[in-house]
Parts: sequence; C-alpha cells; structure tokens
Amino acid sequence: MFKHFLNLQWKSFFRSASFKTNLAIKILMGFGVLYFVVAFAFLGVGAYFLIKEAGYEDPLLFVNKYLIYYIAGDLFFRYLMQKMPVTNIKPLLYLPFKKSQVVHYSLGKTVVSFFNWTHAFFFLPFSIVLLVQGYNPLGVIAWHFALFALIYCSNFINVLVNNKDSVFYPIAALVIGLGVCQYFNLFDITEYTASIFNAFYTISWTALVPIALLVGLYYAAFNYFKSNMYLDGGLQTKHTVAKSENLEWLDRFGNMGTFLKNDIKLIKRNKRPRTVVIMSGLFLFYGLLFGSGAIEVYDGPIWQIFGAIFVTGGFLFTFGQYVPSWDSSYYQLMMSQNIKYRDYIRSKWYLIVIATLISTVLASFYLFFGINAYLAILVGAVYNIGFNSHIVLLGGAYVKSPVDLTSNKKAFGDKQAFNMKTMLLSLPKLLLPMLIFAAGYYTISDTAGYIFVALAGILGFAFRNRVFTQIEKIYKKEKYKTIHAYKQKA
Amino acid sequence: MIHTQNLSKTYGAATVLNIENLEIPKGQCFGLVGNNGAGKTTFFSLLLDLIEPTTGQIINNGVQVNTSEDWKPFTSAFIDESFLIGYLTPEEYFYFIGELRGQNKADVDALIGSFEDFFHGEILNQKKYLRDLSKGNQKKAGIVASFIGKPEVVILDEPFANLDPTTQIRLKGILKNLAANQNTTVLVSSHDLSHVTEVCERIVVLNKGEVVKDIKTSAATLKELEVFFAGGDFPEAVAVLEEE
Repeated sequence: MFKHFLNLQWKSFFRSASFKTNLAIKILMGFGVLYFVVAFAFLGVGAYFLIKEAGYEDPLLFVNKYLIYYIAGDLFFRYLMQKMPVTNIKPLLYLPFKKSQVVHYSLGKTVVSFFNWTHAFFFLPFSIVLLVQGYNPLGVIAWHFALFALIYCSNFINVLVNNKDSVFYPIAALVIGLGVCQYFNLFDITEYTASIFNAFYTISWTALVPIALLVGLYYAAFNYFKSNMYLDGGLQTKHTVAKSENLEWLDRFGNMGTFLKNDIKLIKRNKRPRTVVIMSGLFLFYGLLFGSGAIEVYDGPIWQIFGAIFVTGGFLFTFGQYVPSWDSSYYQLMMSQNIKYRDYIRSKWYLIVIATLISTVLASFYLFFGINAYLAILVGAVYNIGFNSHIVLLGGAYVKSPVDLTSNKKAFGDKQAFNMKTMLLSLPKLLLPMLIFAAGYYTISDTAGYIFVALAGILGFAFRNRVFTQIEKIYKKEKYKTIHAYKQKA
Repeated sequence: MIHTQNLSKTYGAATVLNIENLEIPKGQCFGLVGNNGAGKTTFFSLLLDLIEPTTGQIINNGVQVNTSEDWKPFTSAFIDESFLIGYLTPEEYFYFIGELRGQNKADVDALIGSFEDFFHGEILNQKKYLRDLSKGNQKKAGIVASFIGKPEVVILDEPFANLDPTTQIRLKGILKNLAANQNTTVLVSSHDLSHVTEVCERIVVLNKGEVVKDIKTSAATLKELEVFFAGGDFPEAVAVLEEE
C-alpha cells in the first residue's frame, strides 16, 4: 500500500512541469540549493561563535531568547506558502485504500516538506557545536528534539488553521505588536518564553511536553481530515460569495479603463496577485535600511539610488515581473477579442505607472529624513516610470510560465520565469541607474548624479511611443510561443 | 467571407491540418465534424490567429488573419474555458466583452436579457464567479458572450458538449436564427452528428487534417455521416466489433 503511495509521489515529483526545465537551469538550481545548504550549515556552526564574539555570555541563552520570534516567523511563512496536502486526495478516495491510510499518507507528506527539513540545516550543526563546546549532552539532545517537536507542531497547526484568515491575521498582528513593544522596551515577551526554551535544556524531561503536544496535534489533524474527507466537506474547493462591482469611476479612461477595472479585480479576488501586491508594499520600507547605518555598505552614495529605485519600484518588480502571465489563464481570449495588442500592452504600462505614483505618494514619509532623502526617491520614481516600466514590459514578452492565480505556492519566484533573457533584462533595472548615477557623482557631484538618472527616466518617457512600437513587435513575435506555453498547466 | 488557401500546420513531421481551399460564404451556418485529432480545433485556432500557419493563409472578410488584427472587431469565438475570466462574475464578464466591442451597459443588458431562457436562471445573479460555475454553465456564459456586439463571424468549438438537453435544443434554435435572420457566419464543430446536421446548412468532415467530405445538408446527410464514421475509415475496428 505504502509502496503505491511512494510510487505516485515519485512520479508526481519527477514528472511535474517545473522539473522539465532544461539541464542548464537544473544545474543552476542545484548550485543554488547547495549554496543555501552550505550557507545555513555555516550559519549553524558559525552562529555559536558569532554570538559569543558579539559579547553574549551563553549563545544558547541568546538563541532561546529570540526563538519565539523564529517560531512565529516560521508559522507566518508557512501559512502564506505551505500548500495543504488535500490536492491529490480526490483520485484516491474511491480506490480500495482505507481512509485512515490516505490521511496518514497526506499528513506524512507534509512531514517531509521543505518547510520542515530546512530547519535542520541550522539546528543540527548548532546542536553539534553545543555538544563539542561541552554543554550537557542530555540537555542539548532534549533541547534539540523539543525544538523539532515545536517545528512540527507548527506544521500541524498550519494544517489545522489553513486558510482561516480570521485566526491568522489577529495572531500575526499580536506577534508584530509584541516585537514592536520589545523594540521600544515596553514589554518583553522573550523574558517569559526564553525560560521555557531554557527549561528544555536544563530540565531535560520537559522536552517531552512539546513532543506530547506534537502527538496530540497530529491526531487532531488526523481526525479533522478524516472527518472532512468528503467531496462536499474538506475537499471542496472554497467558493467565495461573488459580488459584481462596476468601478465606474475608471470608465473615464476609456479603453484603458476597461483593462484597469479587470486588473483591479484580478488583484482583489485572487490569492497570488494579492499576496504579491501586499509584498510589494513592503518595498516602501526598504529605504529605511539606507542612510540609517543599519547596513554599512548601504551608506555608500551609489547605494542610495539603489534604495530609491526599490522604494517606489515594489509593484514594478514584483507584480510587473509577471506581466503578462497574470492573464495566462485567459490569454487566448485576450488575443482573439477585439483588443489591439498595443492597447493591451499600454494598459499594463498604465497599471505599473499608477502603482508607482501611488508608492511615490505613500513614500512621502521619507520627508522625515530630510528633503534630500525624498528627492532621491522622486528621482527613483521618475526612472521607474520612464525607464524601468518599459524594461519590465520587454521582459514580460519572454516570461512564459503560466500563473496559477488561486495558489500561493510559487509567489516567491518561479523557476520557469527565471530564464536567461528575463535575468539579463532585469540587470538594467538596477545596475543601469547606479552606473548613470556613478557617472554624474564621480565627474561632477551627487546632485548631477541624481539629475542624470532623472534625465534617463524623462528620456524614456518622452520616447515611449517609439519604445512601445518596438515592444509590440517583440510581443507579436513571441505571441504564438506564449499562447502555447500558457496552455500548459501551471 | 472566409477564404482558406493552401493552409497547413505541421508539428515536426506530423501534418495536423492541410486544407487546400475552403470557402465559407457570409451568413452560412458551417459545421465541422471529425474524430479527435482531425484538426477541428487547429483550424479554429488558426482562424483566430492563436497558432501560426506553416503554409498558406486564411482571409476573413478581406483581412489576412495572421498579418493584421483588423479581423478582431467583427469576429468572436468561444473555444474553451481559456476564453473565460474565472475571477469575474458572469455579468462582469459580459460587460467586459461588451466594452471591448463598443457596447454600453444597456446594449449588453438587452442582449443578455434575450437569453434568459437559455440561461435557465443559473447564470445571472448567482453570486458566483465564473470559475465556480459548473462546466455546462460556464459554457453557456461563454457562448452568449460570443454573441455580444453583433459579430459577423461566430466561432464555437464543441458548443453542445457539457450542455443539458434543454439547453442543447435552445442553442440549436439560437444558432439557426443567427445565420438565417442576422446574416451571421456561424462556424460550429461537434462530435454529435445529429446536432450539426440539424443546425448547419453545410458540413465539412475533417480526417487527419484533410477535408474528406463537403456536404450540403439534406435529409440523407445524417445517414451518410453515420456510415462514414461507422466504418468507412476504420474497417478493421468495425470488423472486430462485429465479431464480438
């Protein structure tokens, strides 16, 4: 029985569309994975000494202090990213398997998920270093197992609360609130939680508590799934109550308005674009790392423009990166309806420009850091509107991975979207303004640098019609390939 | 209205469509039948410039389809679910298509109002997005959307599949009326021989990408088609079945 499940799993993994990329990308991905494994392992080994170097007496105590945030962050991340194991259950339902076996199998699948084993790359080496450094072996082992039990608890908590936004967002707000309180020395939750984590080490048997909790959660998840394993129960895809919206205020934009209305609905009603747009909002705060001394290299003059581009470019970089893939599920309609290709591309451009303008207004809080900081951001916005918006659209012509709107699984980057051409095209988005700025900065002054960058943006804006003609040609050339690619399921 | 010349489509060594010459006059209700892989959807996709012809071209009302976009204003189609925008409600979808085709809300309302029977109360005001409708209801919405904006050419791939019997009968009436009274050129493909013979005045049979029959529909057409599909092309299979 188990053999069948394994066999299915094996095939679904090796036959998945994303695995069928070409060899070069596979090798590149392999190196990428290797890099992260090594980096985490080094972090695990090095963390002990780094913390010690930073002047903390006992690195274990230090780690224990912040573990609560680590676990909260992990849970947060899982909630957004980890997919529930229900997807492949349907075809198994009417086959001669026992229901409980199917549930065990589905839950077992989550156990070996990436979200669980990546933690080992940090905790395993860290624990080994603790042992080598002469910590009480029984304590370390107990601590280690307790932590893994907690990580797996997160796994099953996530299974249980999946898609319950009403539970998730208040808790997320609470955790963030606690973090802010701690930062301003109002209230320190870690004083209470640290002693719990310390207890796992000092009083070894307490490690049995999270393990018992884990067993309990597993059975809760098991029962929950088993009792909901009906097509009209837990396996039902959720239907939201739809409400027609007119958004008539956009009608004044004529044909563009029609598309903009659609794009707004796209963002509002689909999980993946919604997540991406929320993430793009975070870019607004990226500038805080600059000039504040938080990260040393970022205080260099050329890095300032790098930050400025990012602050207003969040939407452009995240959402724009997948234009026109957002429309992939109905691309054939768009291509055969009464739409001029040029209008279609232009509507995407408008969307990016409007979002950039909104970010620019929202970024006005940088005025607190002086008029110069905001001027730099304005320059970045001009460059984004005039130059980067075109580059993004150009890159879009080569993005050929369909987007599954309802799933968040690949919200953080898509292997197929990551091809050579899009990568090359993303370089000028960031490097070019830095180079232009450097040219002005080193020959004349930093003001000249900013003026140069702004000029590049204005030039791009001035020639936008010619640029569109070129972009349109490329889209048309790629049209058939794109339609074909979008027909493949994500 | 639609002239097809030397049209072919090959993938590698396999030719999936090869039509030397096919003329479809304006206002004709044209039926395309053939087994799976005969090239029906390929032909329709070429008509909509969704795939590139290997050789030849289609000229739709004087516009060469693969070089100009000017056929779009008077041509509409419903091929499959990829012509629906899943996150819109049916009403929003109709208005969206309407706006693209220069129809205001009142025009669209009037048109979809006349299809109330066809919708059978399952499309409008259901508080559901298109993606949450059943396959048959999705199809109803897609078919009606293809009538918005008085197109001169309507292309429907397998419109009868997934529809319930009542809706099938109603659709037949609608299609006949479109061609007869509004001078619309209607292109329909189907696996159901009785439906096409009933609706279409002309039926073309595709087999392995080639036109093998071009029939003006008459009382004998259904029989002729049944004989063709029953054995003409697959004598071995029929022989085996008969032995059993």
